[in-house]
Amino acid sequence: MNAEEVVRGLLSGNRRALARAITYVENEYPESKEIMKQIYPKTGKAHVVGLTGFPGVGKSTIVSKLTEEFRRRGKRVGIIAIDPGSPFTGGALLGDRLRLDGMDTRKPLWTDPGVFFRSMSSRGRAGGLAAKTGDVVRLLDAFGFDIILVETVGAGQSEVDIIEVADTSVVVLMPETGDEIQVNKAGILEIGDIYVVNKADLGGAEKVERWLQYMLSLDEESVQMLSQMTHADEARLASGEFFERRKGWNPPVIKTVADRGEGIRELADAIEEHFEYMKKTGLIDKRRRERVKRELFEIVMNDVIKLVKEKTDYREMIMKLLKGETDPYTAAEQIVEEVIHNAGKE
Amino acid sequence: MTNVNEKRKEWEEKCLKPWLRKTGQREERFETLSGIEVKTVYDPADIEHIDFLRDIGYPGEYPFTRGVYPNMYRGRLWTMRQFSGFGTAEDTNRRWKMLLEEGETGLSTAFDFPTLMGIDSDDPLADGEVGKVGVAVDTLKDFEILFDGIPLDQVSTSFTINPPAGIILAMYVAIAEKQGVPKEKIRGTIQNDMLKEFHAQNTLVLPPEPSIKIIVDIFEWGIEHVPKFNLISISGYHIREAGSTAVQELAFTIADGMAYVEAAMERGIDIDRLAPQLSFFFNSHNDFFEEIAKFRAARRMWAKIMRDEYGAKDPRSWWLKFHTQTAGCSLTAQQPLNNIVRTTIQALAAVLGGTQSLHTNSFDEAWALPSEEAVRVALRTQQIIAYESGIPNVVDPLAGSYYVEWLTDKIEKLAWRYIEEIRKMGEGSMLRGVLRGIENGFFVREISDAAARYQREIEEGRRIVVGVNKFTIEEELKIPILKVDPEVQRRQIERLRKVKAERDNEAVKEALEWLRSAAENDENVMPPIMEAVKSYATIGEIMGVLKEVYGTYKKPIII
Amino acid sequence: MEKKIRVLVAKVGLDGHDRGAKVLARFLRDSGFEVIYTGLHRTPQEVAMAAVDEDVDVVGISLHSGAHLTLVPKVINYIREYGGNPEEMLILVGGIIPTDDIAELKKMGVDEVFIPGTPISEIVDFIKKKLPEKRKGNER
Repeated sequence: MNAEEVVRGLLSGNRRALARAITYVENEYPESKEIMKQIYPKTGKAHVVGLTGFPGVGKSTIVSKLTEEFRRRGKRVGIIAIDPGSPFTGGALLGDRLRLDGMDTRKPLWTDPGVFFRSMSSRGRAGGLAAKTGDVVRLLDAFGFDIILVETVGAGQSEVDIIEVADTSVVVLMPETGDEIQVNKAGILEIGDIYVVNKADLGGAEKVERWLQYMLSLDEESVQMLSQMTHADEARLASGEFFERRKGWNPPVIKTVADRGEGIRELADAIEEHFEYMKKTGLIDKRRRERVKRELFEIVMNDVIKLVKEKTDYREMIMKLLKGETDPYTAAEQIVEEVIHNAGKE
Repeated sequence: MTNVNEKRKEWEEKCLKPWLRKTGQREERFETLSGIEVKTVYDPADIEHIDFLRDIGYPGEYPFTRGVYPNMYRGRLWTMRQFSGFGTAEDTNRRWKMLLEEGETGLSTAFDFPTLMGIDSDDPLADGEVGKVGVAVDTLKDFEILFDGIPLDQVSTSFTINPPAGIILAMYVAIAEKQGVPKEKIRGTIQNDMLKEFHAQNTLVLPPEPSIKIIVDIFEWGIEHVPKFNLISISGYHIREAGSTAVQELAFTIADGMAYVEAAMERGIDIDRLAPQLSFFFNSHNDFFEEIAKFRAARRMWAKIMRDEYGAKDPRSWWLKFHTQTAGCSLTAQQPLNNIVRTTIQALAAVLGGTQSLHTNSFDEAWALPSEEAVRVALRTQQIIAYESGIPNVVDPLAGSYYVEWLTDKIEKLAWRYIEEIRKMGEGSMLRGVLRGIENGFFVREISDAAARYQREIEEGRRIVVGVNKFTIEEELKIPILKVDPEVQRRQIERLRKVKAERDNEAVKEALEWLRSAAENDENVMPPIMEAVKSYATIGEIMGVLKEVYGTYKKPIII
Repeated sequence: MEKKIRVLVAKVGLDGHDRGAKVLARFLRDSGFEVIYTGLHRTPQEVAMAAVDEDVDVVGISLHSGAHLTLVPKVINYIREYGGNPEEMLILVGGIIPTDDIAELKKMGVDEVFIPGTPISEIVDFIKKKLPEKRKGNER
């Protein structure tokens, strides 16, 4: 299928075309740029919800139950599940589609036409997402899904990139049995619009809930101090962005027992409320502006690097550097000169 | 013992080391299949810590290391019980009569997948699977045909069935009634072991807690009504087939046994009444001595557990009685006749390990259900061991072997470590520990890791499988392959339709309503199941009610 | 970016034996493939939908129940019904399949049948070699 066919199929609701588009985009096929260009105008309608949290907290089960609930509310749901790729072999074990069985195992959600599930490998990239997650979200958006759930790799403290693609970030935790709250790790407190304490039937649920409520009630300064003590991502904190992100929204803490479907309705309500809140206060535009800016810079950077590789003598620069004939700053200046100079020529 | 240790050191320095320098060893390190390192040779010093009277003793007495009965096969040979079943009830009935004529001494039933999963032959999910891997049973009518001409007071029948085990037991009891045989006399076993399904075999319908509740219902009902019938076969066979090591097989099986005992005791069941109706089921794999040691360790562990942990008073409650099947997963499709040899070695291990009954695999089992000829050879294997080899004439002949006693003790110790780990997961309770392990994927992950490790050893050529990665030939398979007639499905569906049309549907409805109410009110489900079965309710209908009340289980994916 | 080969390892029908499928999934991952394992007791529709939505390159069906002649063609047909193109994928079957049935399965569109004992490295090599070959034969 060429780019035209894919886009036409996708925009007319053909799942196969959507699946194929995702493959092209994920693997940066030549067609992918054209596809993204053409579908972009059709994006911006979906509510993108990211779910993050340590492995084993029950993200997959929550995704499954949320999907069911949103379907009941008449929404069409697209799901992207990201799993870690092996940094050594490049391979990956993906997707837990089983979770999508829902209550009626005769008619699993899996085969509900209002649900689309796609697994992606992070392909070694840190942060919890795959490189092309943002573009894939856009494809699902253009296809027409009302809600897009993005389930990230839940490996630990650096899995905060979810905020780059999601309108609403949901952080999932579970009760802790030790004395120390493990959750006191970087990023978790800063990025959540909604917090979920899953497996709330286990002992320790109240402890985590109260701790969260307490932490979320602290002011900016106290949280920064605390997070610095626990090795947070300094750059993000420094920007003060985190508190800006919320702008008056009090992240609710919701207890769930996802296996039994308990708390899911409340969670879905909170997600919808957050979306309404963002729209009403203009916060959604603010976040999207930031997202778009970041994305633009990223694409520009990629394109520029490509130019550097194709159109400059960067390899000579590297040799010179190794021989000590120049320094990295001078070299960079010269490369930039060359790019601008050559680009001008075109 | 110092003399022995000194002598050993001398031997190692003066005799072994020079020899090694000259001729070397085949491997750097020698291990059992489970990864236990084994030395060149064993001596009295290796079993110094083992006390004959405390740890080995005599057969028929605590700790039963040497066997549960005082004279074992000198009194009665193990039961030769070949697992079989396919197609419709008539087909299986015919195969059984042939096996009984050939000298088989116990029946063992294989059911097809729809029956195993508790669904009927006319269910869309059953399409293509009816009668393929075992006999199709939908209602009591199938049982009537299955046991036509087979007197229930003269045979013992084993049923490999798990989620619908109670239903099958009820059917067997109903047949006994029809034959005029008092149910107090019927003998046999229902596998009825759901825990191992969650760990390995995956015949899953209801979630763990309701599954255990129903099993305890069967215990409670069974000790009253069918006192000679084994109400469970606590299985390690399937755990091993899924790829576990021998140690894991032993440990997880014993752990499951403990969980069931605790569940029964929580219900208030007298352990000494239940214990004689518990049985076990192990695998017999290729590592000859490891398997023998495993069986001996199992008996010793269970005796200790029943007497000292659970306080059973009757010595019969301390017995671990088991059935063994030779390892299906060790059979190869390549050069199938080699499988006869493998099965023989495995059968020998089971006999030397003191099994109460034995199934030997047929050599064509890697391809399809066994042909008549292949089944006959498998049975003859047991008969030759029994009548020609002299092995059954002395009880536990390997006792006292420095290696075997050392290995028995070693395997026992390694298994205890797992037991303690599971106990910790359950904060002191084995029942909760096993349930927690099912929930967090502990068992599945252990087994999966062991399976992956085994495969890697084969792929890298470090483990030899004769005929597969070494000593291979160009081959064309000429064994007769038993295929199931596709007509079977049609015939079975037709029979089912007829039964449904001719039965008293009101009675069925009432019985199912009673079952629903019993399930919802936490009552024993066996009486209503008995009623439903007698009114010709189908397995699918009965399981359907239970699924509605208790929900359906979906296994989390752990690779 | 190099296109990773996406493999769907599927257990279809009531058969609960997953040792082979799980070991295969691990080894394929170790060989650099992106693997989606369907878990047990999947219907042909579920497998087909996953194959199409995940746009996989290989569908590997694992069966030990003897129901292959019924279930495998169902999967292939549902793939087509959901808009997928089985000719663009490698359709592989593994497990206890009698030799007589292998030819039959291949006629139905199965590319290869792997019996027990096949080294997994053989399966990996087959995929790496045959996938581009099959695709070249059909226009993508």
